[in-house]
Amino acid sequence: MNAVASPFVESMQAAAAARLPGGGPAWLDDARHQALRAFIERGLPDTRNELWKYTALRALQQRAYAPRDDEAASRVVADELLRLEGCEGPRAVFVNGVFRADLSRLDELAGSIALQPFSDALEHQPEPLRFLLAARADGDDGFTLLNRALAADGLVVRVADGARVPQPLRVVHVGTSAVGAVAWHLRDLIELGEGASLSVIEHHVGDDASGHLANIARTITLRARAQLDWTIVQHASQDTTLLRRTDCVLHEDAKLDFHALELGGKLARHELRVDLAGDRAQFASRGAFVLDGRQHGDTEVLVTHRGRDTVSDSLWRGVAGDRARGVVHGRILVQPGADGSDGSFYNKNLLLSPMAEIDTRPALEIYADEVKANHGATVGQLDDNVLFYLRSRGIPLEVARRMLVRAFCAVTLDGIQPAGLREFCETLLAEQLPEAEA
Amino acid sequence: MLKIENLHARIAGKDILKGLSLEARPGEVHAIMGPNGAGKSTLGNVIAGRSGYEVTDGTITFDGQNLLDMEPEDRAAAGVFLAFQYPVEIPGVNNTYFLRAALNAQRKARGETELDSMQFLKLVRERVKEMGMTPELLNRAVNEGFSGGEKKRNEVFQMAVLEPRLAILDETDSGLDIDALKQVAEGVNRLRSPERGFLVITHYQRLLDYIVPDFVHVLADGRIVESGDATLAKELEAHGYAWVRDRRPTEAHA
Repeated sequence: MNAVASPFVESMQAAAAARLPGGGPAWLDDARHQALRAFIERGLPDTRNELWKYTALRALQQRAYAPRDDEAASRVVADELLRLEGCEGPRAVFVNGVFRADLSRLDELAGSIALQPFSDALEHQPEPLRFLLAARADGDDGFTLLNRALAADGLVVRVADGARVPQPLRVVHVGTSAVGAVAWHLRDLIELGEGASLSVIEHHVGDDASGHLANIARTITLRARAQLDWTIVQHASQDTTLLRRTDCVLHEDAKLDFHALELGGKLARHELRVDLAGDRAQFASRGAFVLDGRQHGDTEVLVTHRGRDTVSDSLWRGVAGDRARGVVHGRILVQPGADGSDGSFYNKNLLLSPMAEIDTRPALEIYADEVKANHGATVGQLDDNVLFYLRSRGIPLEVARRMLVRAFCAVTLDGIQPAGLREFCETLLAEQLPEAEA
Repeated sequence: MLKIENLHARIAGKDILKGLSLEARPGEVHAIMGPNGAGKSTLGNVIAGRSGYEVTDGTITFDGQNLLDMEPEDRAAAGVFLAFQYPVEIPGVNNTYFLRAALNAQRKARGETELDSMQFLKLVRERVKEMGMTPELLNRAVNEGFSGGEKKRNEVFQMAVLEPRLAILDETDSGLDIDALKQVAEGVNRLRSPERGFLVITHYQRLLDYIVPDFVHVLADGRIVESGDATLAKELEAHGYAWVRDRRPTEAHA
């Protein structure tokens, strides 16, 4: 079945007709054409897709996006926007989807890490990316197909065996005013060698109201004993559409510690897939989203236990005010042979207004023995008794509400490292809390 | 200081207070006693401003202000404090942080300067010592995982920090063993002063052995049916509430 012709699909086809970096090797052109054809056949995911059940894209279908921002390479970006107090180390900066060497600071990382913009890799040495770009993957959806067809930039990061990168690498995605709404597709490839360790801060910021679309696909590989800390600080501008797909594979004894604070965007979705392939691999996630106005947030955490004695442990908090809509889907799949696995997924949500909505679905699928698996999800409101308690001590209603919402989310921020980043997140959260309605 | 006249209040369509009148002056300790369901807790909650109660008639004035027109936080800033019968647990909100926010919100509302963290810490340390609180409790979330006694002591501790002009103790003795009861009573007695009034709501006379009231009022079926001095509590203990019910209701005249 062909996708319904829509302004969105047409604008993507037009984008594909434009030249992309690395247009050269036949395999790359082939892969891109195939992906585009597959996208046109399949279209955007619809709500019959289990993973998109509560995220309808009807409005997006009606939007057309420019294929690129021609000035992206030279746009002036206020330094203030790029700052992240308490974490002013190495950074890789993308402006409207284009890597900016002039704004990035990567010298400090030299020696411990091999880092190359995806655009550069495509241009000069696409061959090592062939396995990634030419292969069709299970679980491709409309956006990952579009990403295969159109990805023009991103990051290729490799950390050598045993290398421990001392400073966190911050990847800053800036959305800033362009002529119109621009769509960009970024591809990240991150690979940590055996025993390597790295911290990454994924930082989304924006300063405008031009309604860009960012489509990011990411592949993360952690070899044996590798350790990756990944922290998302997402305060993109309120009209951005942000779609992210992260596929992680963890080999023996590898460890992924994941934190997320999702605040911005008109539609912000992250599909995080974690494959605990090696024995004793460990994944922990802590995340919070706070939505207001008509924001829509969608968090999908899909964990597969394949190795023995693997551990996953997720704790998410969601807050929605006004007419916002949140979606949380936590799935733990324990494959045959993954004996001794221990998986948990817990999600609590808070509605601050009668029109807000959060749909949460924890799911367990277990095909192994001697497995521990727990899940739980709740949706509630601020407790009137607690509010009255605070007010009876003199704390004004609005302050009391904010205090309780912050406290509700705080448990997900506690483990963020370094402390400066945690404090930044706490401040950001406090600043962006929506007002509750009685 | 506090003047309640002909107060009628209902909750969920049910009349609870049916013409209650009471006056308390600074420095006085009034005990409110009565059987279950008489409206004791309703009285405390209506004075403090808990939602869900509908005042259908009567007035409450506090230092000449119409209390019923004020939000709970404004009543607190004016000097009203309710020690809860069931103090709530607030995970994620640090006790010290909460108390500083409360004190400074009140000071701000009264047009006083807010305390900085050093000044506040000094004040809190003094009060902790006076109240015999475990200092460690200050670093925990508000009431989270506290024992029943710790929660009630925390209420009195908050009172010591916030220094209200009118303190209402809603069954602060319930669920306490005798040692905890004594500690709580000592804390309250330390706070007695010529400027501060107390309403001590209790079901049992026991607490009044330790917090000796100036006046005792018996609340039955939504009104005060008997008022007297501390000896009235002893008589109640001896005869039970049925003894009062058989007597003719009188107006409080404290």
